[in-house]
Amino acid sequence: MRLRGGFGKQGWVAAAALAGSAVALPPVAQIAAAQTVKVGIILSYSGSFAEQGEEIDRGLKLYLKEHEKDLPPGVKVELVTRDDTGPNPELAKRLAQELITREHVQLLAGEVLSPNAAAIAPLTAEAKVPFVLMNAAGVSIPRMSPYVVRVSFTQWQMSMPMGEWAAENGIKSAHIAVTDFIAGHDAEGGFTKGFTDHGGKILGTTYFPVTNPDYVPLLQRIKDAKPEAVFMFMPGGKQATAAMKAWSDLGMKEAGIKLVTLQDVMIDDELPNMGELPLGVVSSGSYSTAANRPANKAFLAMWNQEYGPQAIPDFFTIGGWDGMAAIVDLVKATKGKFTADEAMDFLKNWKNPDSPRGPIMIDPNTRDIIQNIYIRRVEKQDDGKLANIEFATFPMVKDPWKELNPPK
Amino acid sequence: MAQILSAALSIGFHGLAFAMVLYLISVGLSVTMGLMGFVNLAHGVFAMAGGYVMTGLMSRLGLPFALALAIAVTGVALASVVFERLLYRRFYGGAELDQVLLTMGLIFISVAVAKHFFGSQAQAMQPPLALSGRIDLAGRDFPAYRGFLILCGAALVTALWLGLERTRFGAQIRAAVDNLRMAQSVGIDTSLLFTFAFALGSGLAALGGGLGADILAIDPNYALENLVYFLIVVAVGGLGSIRGPFLAALLLGIGDTAFKYLLPEFGAFFIYAIAMGILLWRPRGLFGRA
Repeated sequence: MRLRGGFGKQGWVAAAALAGSAVALPPVAQIAAAQTVKVGIILSYSGSFAEQGEEIDRGLKLYLKEHEKDLPPGVKVELVTRDDTGPNPELAKRLAQELITREHVQLLAGEVLSPNAAAIAPLTAEAKVPFVLMNAAGVSIPRMSPYVVRVSFTQWQMSMPMGEWAAENGIKSAHIAVTDFIAGHDAEGGFTKGFTDHGGKILGTTYFPVTNPDYVPLLQRIKDAKPEAVFMFMPGGKQATAAMKAWSDLGMKEAGIKLVTLQDVMIDDELPNMGELPLGVVSSGSYSTAANRPANKAFLAMWNQEYGPQAIPDFFTIGGWDGMAAIVDLVKATKGKFTADEAMDFLKNWKNPDSPRGPIMIDPNTRDIIQNIYIRRVEKQDDGKLANIEFATFPMVKDPWKELNPPK
Repeated sequence: MAQILSAALSIGFHGLAFAMVLYLISVGLSVTMGLMGFVNLAHGVFAMAGGYVMTGLMSRLGLPFALALAIAVTGVALASVVFERLLYRRFYGGAELDQVLLTMGLIFISVAVAKHFFGSQAQAMQPPLALSGRIDLAGRDFPAYRGFLILCGAALVTALWLGLERTRFGAQIRAAVDNLRMAQSVGIDTSLLFTFAFALGSGLAALGGGLGADILAIDPNYALENLVYFLIVVAVGGLGSIRGPFLAALLLGIGDTAFKYLLPEFGAFFIYAIAMGILLWRPRGLFGRA
């Protein structure tokens, strides 16, 4: 028995065996990975949008993990991730440049935020690298480069059906309250078009400042105007929770004011933080965690096994999941060998009839997503938790902004 | 007319609650900056820590609100003593830039640590049942918890004022703020005083962070995002003062709320304009010592 800290004869034998096996492995590995497709992922892993970045990251990594076995033999997908730390177009562009020139990625994917995605888009055209946009919802980004394809959504796509539904379901007039940034203005534009086209009247508009801890005074003003309904939109997460608290504190519901909103505000993983406040709120969205379809049930089973029963996926997650699905399908179809143009030909005709959010497809003309938009209401489920329950569907909605604004 | 009055009451009430949270957190910063001449930008970290400890104890161990808050405050106060003795002490009387760099670094470390242990999502905070619900004031319903915050703020400013004016410890602090060398030469142990004052300031910040978790959400970016509010309150109020930050917090809380109501297109612009105006008129703040 050795009490000193020596290696001992057995130790040296073990170390030699380990070293030997380490030397022996690489040649084997080289033979196996005949074709590796490198995908550069740019997401916000830190900063104020880290939460959203994490959800997308989890979604795409889970898809890859579950479907790696479906790849053709000898073909691997390698992910190279970079952190854009939040709204920082300069940094995002630099990261994309680095991924393209130094890491030699064949595909780019990700991006939570539109300003960053807009900075990356021209690079993809110059370098001819396909970019699978997994979240950023700025309407005209796919037009900035022929190598951009989007699998998430646009605010017009979400808000126009919401406006249409509101006008067709007893709401004659509404006040609009959105955060003063591009997504807010998109939401306002889409809702207004859908609402007024079907007979509704917009009473007024309020713009919330972008960083805003206290919604009380802004909502108070709206309450004093006594509208029949309010279409509210702000970034999801704690801003949405603060707004819902203010909505409840001011007694808007008791005053008879209806609330219609978008899935960003009723985001599934923030619902537990809101207590009973969102009960009855109607929103439009592309994905609800409580959706009943078999594809979603299967997805949730995999998700909860990987990330635990307390983790809640949301529409950001599905953006990552479906984006990776498109990439994996591309790799399967081309056996990992493709030029940028071949990849775009495939991606712009890609369909997934069985996504957790229902059937989706890419519009070959715009390279943007076509998907079902669901109208949901927050209800209490059997286990006492609140969830967005889908009760109406606008099938296969194309991005209305591009339809109304054809390229010149 | 009745509607304007009613709206004004609502603005006043909610603004006051916001002001109280800001005051609770910022008063400690005013004391430490005035007393130790130390630019502690990381003050918000102690508020955030108080919030995390309190919500963590409530959600993971199921502790009641008051107990969780008490543990959070004492825990953060004690931890701050460690920081003071090991880190801050080295920079007293040093170059301000060094202090700024140190405390900004602490903020960034806190962001990463909070994200690592608690994730990026904001912590849920449900006020205790006894304080939830609504109170009736002049025919309008108000959330009881906001009323509780207002009472807390009022009680605290009274307690602090009494403490400062009527106790020996308070007298020592006032002496040290007015003239440090003289205070040392009459035998006041300023080193121990600094430590106590720092612990008090950080404990108060933790109290504000925990109580105010309903209004200022507890998430990893807390210290950075709310830094500007704390600095405005302290700069406008004046360093080393108890009353100054109270007035400044009232101005900021109610003013911000009022302007967002009257002219929402300009958002928070007016607050910064007012802060600039006051500082141009009184560079040391409203009650700052010359």
